[in-house]
Amino acid sequence: MSLFFRTTVRDSLSVALTVGAYGVAFGAASVAAGFSVLQTSLFSLLTFTGASQFAAVGVVASGGAAISAIGAATLLGTRNALYAIQLAPLLGVKGVRRLGAAHLTIDESTGVALSQASLGPDAMRLGFWLTGSGVFLFWNVFTVLGALGAKALGTPASWGLDAAVPAAFLGLVWPRLEDNHLRLTAAASMGFATLITPWLPAGLPIITTALVAVAMGWRPR
Amino acid sequence: MSASFSWTVLLATSALCFSIKFLGHSVPERWIANPRLQRINALIPIALLSALVVAQGLVTKSHVVIDHRLAGLIVAVVALIARAPFPVVVVAAAVTSAAVYHWR
Repeated sequence: MSLFFRTTVRDSLSVALTVGAYGVAFGAASVAAGFSVLQTSLFSLLTFTGASQFAAVGVVASGGAAISAIGAATLLGTRNALYAIQLAPLLGVKGVRRLGAAHLTIDESTGVALSQASLGPDAMRLGFWLTGSGVFLFWNVFTVLGALGAKALGTPASWGLDAAVPAAFLGLVWPRLEDNHLRLTAAASMGFATLITPWLPAGLPIITTALVAVAMGWRPR
Repeated sequence: MSASFSWTVLLATSALCFSIKFLGHSVPERWIANPRLQRINALIPIALLSALVVAQGLVTKSHVVIDHRLAGLIVAVVALIARAPFPVVVVAAAVTSAAVYHWR
């Protein structure tokens, strides 16, 4: 086994397992929001982009309309298109394999692929496919476990599930806050969402907060 | 929640999220090379995830409410500052919130 192969496999599998385990939190959140275990599993199989899945069930849990849930999830998914544009020339796939590559285009598969750049394009391709399919496997297994667990627990509040979901969102946003501009964006978004909540129907405050991203990203820094 | 509502959310979200990924694999790079679009797009996850923290942690039926969930969130912030791994953050928040819910 060549050196680059071993490093790439190790990176891919450790990311796949760690990130896949978050699937428990999604499975539990989705069932707590009122989706069935089957629907929850299909979310992870078919949508397969964590933040969007959390957003869809989060908006539903807060009593939002279908269009708000779908809109928030779709907006969160737009970054995957930017990843795909970077990955397409590297992967160079057509037909069915392009469908597979598209489905596996997420934060983690892109991140591992790009982080293998010093080892060459073969390592980057391996990192993409191995991380993508590894996260897919573990994410789906852990989603089912989380869904079944939440189903068995019953009332979300008595087990703290209603706080676990916002804590999961906080845990997703926290590592992204790498500089003051990003921290200010997060703080402004929380303030804005709190202020507009009483004035808009449930679900809409979340998607409306995209305006904070527009304002903060309008001019170059 | 009605079955048609939950299936609509599930299937539309899945179809749109896949289409976005596939579109990215199929269009020339210059189509979305606009720097402003890229800057805004990079901030969208932070804005929406932050709003979701508020919507899930502080809101009940369109009202801002301070309750047991906030206790859980404060513990989550402490855990994140202490660089605790994700599962520890979530479980610590859940345990704190459940304790406050039962004992207040």
